[in-house]
Amino acid sequence: MNTAVMNTAVMNTAPDTGGNVMLLVLLLLPVLGALLMYPLRTNVPLAKAVAMATALLEFVLVVVTWVGYSTDAASSGERFQYVFSVPWIPAFGTHLAFGIDGIALVMIALTAFLVPGLMLFAWAEKLPEGRTASGYFALLLATQATLMGVFTATDVFLFYVFFEAMLIPMYFLIGRFGGPNRQYASVKFFLYSLLGGLIMLASLIGLYVTSADQLGAGTFTWSDLQSIAQSTPTSTQIWLFLGFFVAFAIKAPLVPFHTWLPDAGAEAPIVAAVLLVGVLDKVGTFGFLRYCLPLFPQASQVLAPLVLVLAVIGIIYGALLAVGQKDMSRFVAYTSIAHFGFIALGTFAFSSQAFAGATLYMVNHGLSTGMLFVMVGLLVARGGSRLMSDYGGVSKLAPLLAGCLLLAGMSSLALPGTNSFVSEFLVLVGSFPREPVATIIATVGIIFAALYILWFYQQTMQGPVRGNAVIRALEAGGVGGPGAMIDPAVAAERGSGFPDLTKREIGVLAPLIVVIVVLGFFPGPVLDVINPSVQSTITEVGLPDPVPAGGVVGGVR
Amino acid sequence: MNALAQVAPLTAPPIDYAAIAPLLVVLGGACVSVLFEAFLPRHQRWPAQVALSVLVVAVAGIALGVYAGSAPVAGIVTLASALTVDGPTLFLWGTLLVLGFGSLLLIADRSVEPGGAFIASAVERASVAAAPGTTTGPTGVDPEHVDRSYGAPGEAPTMQTEVFPFVLFALGGMMAFVAANDLLTMFVALEVLSLPLYLVCGLARRRRLLSQEAAVKYFLLGAFASAFFLYGLALLYGYAGSVKLVAIATAAVGTPKSDALLFGGLALLVVGLLFKGSVGPFHTWTPDVYQGAPTPITAFMAACTKVAAFGALLRVLHVAFGSTHWEWRGVMWVVAIASMAIGAVLGLTQTDLKRMIAYSSVAHAGFLLLGVMAITREGVSSTLFYLLAYGFTTLGVFGVISLVRTADGEATHLSQWAGLAKRSPILAGVMTFLLLGLAGIPLTSGFTAKFAVFSAALGDGMAPLVVIALVFSAVAAFFYLRVIVLMYFSETPEDGPTVTVPGAFTTVAVTLGVVVTLLLGVAPTLVLGWAGAGGLTG
Repeated sequence: MNTAVMNTAVMNTAPDTGGNVMLLVLLLLPVLGALLMYPLRTNVPLAKAVAMATALLEFVLVVVTWVGYSTDAASSGERFQYVFSVPWIPAFGTHLAFGIDGIALVMIALTAFLVPGLMLFAWAEKLPEGRTASGYFALLLATQATLMGVFTATDVFLFYVFFEAMLIPMYFLIGRFGGPNRQYASVKFFLYSLLGGLIMLASLIGLYVTSADQLGAGTFTWSDLQSIAQSTPTSTQIWLFLGFFVAFAIKAPLVPFHTWLPDAGAEAPIVAAVLLVGVLDKVGTFGFLRYCLPLFPQASQVLAPLVLVLAVIGIIYGALLAVGQKDMSRFVAYTSIAHFGFIALGTFAFSSQAFAGATLYMVNHGLSTGMLFVMVGLLVARGGSRLMSDYGGVSKLAPLLAGCLLLAGMSSLALPGTNSFVSEFLVLVGSFPREPVATIIATVGIIFAALYILWFYQQTMQGPVRGNAVIRALEAGGVGGPGAMIDPAVAAERGSGFPDLTKREIGVLAPLIVVIVVLGFFPGPVLDVINPSVQSTITEVGLPDPVPAGGVVGGVR
Repeated sequence: MNALAQVAPLTAPPIDYAAIAPLLVVLGGACVSVLFEAFLPRHQRWPAQVALSVLVVAVAGIALGVYAGSAPVAGIVTLASALTVDGPTLFLWGTLLVLGFGSLLLIADRSVEPGGAFIASAVERASVAAAPGTTTGPTGVDPEHVDRSYGAPGEAPTMQTEVFPFVLFALGGMMAFVAANDLLTMFVALEVLSLPLYLVCGLARRRRLLSQEAAVKYFLLGAFASAFFLYGLALLYGYAGSVKLVAIATAAVGTPKSDALLFGGLALLVVGLLFKGSVGPFHTWTPDVYQGAPTPITAFMAACTKVAAFGALLRVLHVAFGSTHWEWRGVMWVVAIASMAIGAVLGLTQTDLKRMIAYSSVAHAGFLLLGVMAITREGVSSTLFYLLAYGFTTLGVFGVISLVRTADGEATHLSQWAGLAKRSPILAGVMTFLLLGLAGIPLTSGFTAKFAVFSAALGDGMAPLVVIALVFSAVAAFFYLRVIVLMYFSETPEDGPTVTVPGAFTTVAVTLGVVVTLLLGVAPTLVLGWAGAGGLTG
């Protein structure tokens, strides 16, 4: 039989000859590391070392990528760099196409930065019975690989493939290594995300059929689809937009679609929770910026009020629920829902400042929430309980730990001088000209943020030493309650009942602290990378920028 | 006298032997297989039958490959226009042959249980362990049902090999079914494929009652479905004056005749076909038969019967009723939605793995209907691809199911699969991958196939149906996920089943299922090209 019947799409912007393999290496390296975990499963120390080496090498390669990324080229209109493309399934017009803009670059940098620290955190974690550390690290690396794929794909089909594949390692991380209610949480997480993904698939196929109508042959190449975006009828765009929007709103999550996050965030092991809330959920907001706005510009404008309402509700509702939480992990998950509201607000306010703020917020939220989750993990490792009321007066026992928690909290409530302040300020300033009402309501969320963070700090750290977990840990002289996650051997070395940070834990936290403070004062390097891509996105949406160029964005530098 | 002399001599219609060689090889092989069964001594039958079956399928495959290399793209009609050999026919024949090969491997396997799945009598096995006639046997078999003894006493139970000719005949019938160019040939082929299947369903002697109940159910309902088909055929003949598919299409165009016969006939005909394809609401036999039949036979039915039924449905709807699709499509929408809903929702409530996969096949039949209803070239090629992808995945699933056993036989109750990942990580990994394939997760063939079918349906203006199908995909994903949850996240029960180390045959079959599921998910280009080569010829 002949294969000549297949329609090969001849497009203007899809070079099929390969290209820069850097991103492919970034994708395949963690896959290789994860596969190596299988033969090493009996030799746990070696497996851990190999996993850590992989993650560090990945980080170095991402730094090299960052250095090689040209902001000048991006400013002069080169949409993607490190472009790689080969045909994949010609019958569907799909390509294995990779490429990054500034927004994707900062996201892969965030991922590569977090993973080695998380591995160090997981180094001495006590795993559920029958689970091995090599499996744990393999799943972490697999998650990292899918994240690299999802941020670097420039073919919408390929993006979808990674978007769904991302669920599987995370599902096993939660389901195999999570807390007592892990089965329920993992299945809920998987089904919610799968449902969103399948609705997106309907839109994806619709987009493909639309492109076949307009271009003669169906394609999934992002730039080709973007080129027909303005000529697609608004009514069609709205349907297609909604499909993508539901998937991203579940992933992000925006408020009516958020109920899976507190369960998944609370039951996931800490490292998975950091990756889940810190990076994986950002795929939703990243998707708004990369897919919803440029591919469906008219629909985005028509439906922006709806999204803004959801965003503002999320800010207030997430904050209020965070105040009422007893479980520390759920608490952090709810604060994230409030923060995702800010990101969505910035994304659908259509100004370059708000876009830049939202992108920077994605990075900063990953750092500050990541650190907050790590702090919760350190507390739970000592006390064996996730309940806030089981802790009290910890600052007297472990002053370093308390100080780090305070810093993480301050970063989370966007205190000036920490990283989050810059992004939150940019979002609010950028959103005000177009959406004054929503912005003013959102500002209230800042006050709530101060309330819930300070309350949390006061309850657990300040006052006399109290709380079941703390007392029990002190009495036992070693490890705390029944759910304590630390390795008993490690605990025995420490001596004290409720020890302060160990060297390893300081090693986990130090890079986070440095980045949080440095980005608070010098966000310039990151903004320089983001801004050209943000400008391109504004152009693709086709709305005039309400804030003149060189406004506050330049000033904050 | 003169009149008789003037009658033209009866000339045999021209036959393109090269084109129909695969079909002839399989049917001829089936006849030889019957002779083997009749004349070979008992101990020689198993090796002879296995060798013959494999040889037949291989020769048929080679004949198919040779012909396909030089086949005209437009396809040909041969045997007095009874059979059409066009692109889809060749693809379906290839699909049936490879899936049939995989199923034959599962059927021939004797390593998983002594004597294989098809022994003469379960009591024989019990009496090997205990003294004959003293106990009722550990399997709880009624002592009154002691079957006639085969072979020397104390000898290990031997396999009954009559299953091989049955399967070969069924396979030949399926190949004729998907190539039939007129309804009468189609009906004959339907019977040729059905009758052996009714019989082999009842061959699970270790669970005789369940198996025989399944066979009787399948037979009774199948006979009804055949009657429906035949009645529809009669009505259509009344309408068009011909049983040829093309003639029906021609008669339906621009005619002042009433449509009652046409659509009445179509409805009855399609009911017969939907029954074979286990499309809801005509699926009621599926769970019982899947559960009761010996697992290798279930694999054969799930993979091959579905291919045959949908291949024929594709031909009927596209060739004979393509021009009138606006009239019947509304009804088929309802059928497709019903099938997806029944499969996805009832699948959630099942506690037996084989029944669950049966409901999953009902849901998949609903998805397949989307491709069948798209009267475009993409509709045909995507349906063909889906059939191949689904067939291999489901073959692998049943291969895996046959390996998890307790002392009483296969452990198909869901609770028995709890914590299996701990004891047998490779088996659990394989099963997980195959289930994700059935759920349609990217990088498996299930996703590529769903994508192809749904984009064909959307391209032919069925956007709402595609959205509904995707929602039901999410619902169906839940019960696949439940098995994965059980295997990985649950604690192992005390008296859990053991995982048998499979022999070469089952290993090859399962590996084939896994490899094809992966390859069609990652690099489907070649197969998509084959599926898209050449349209249906009327």
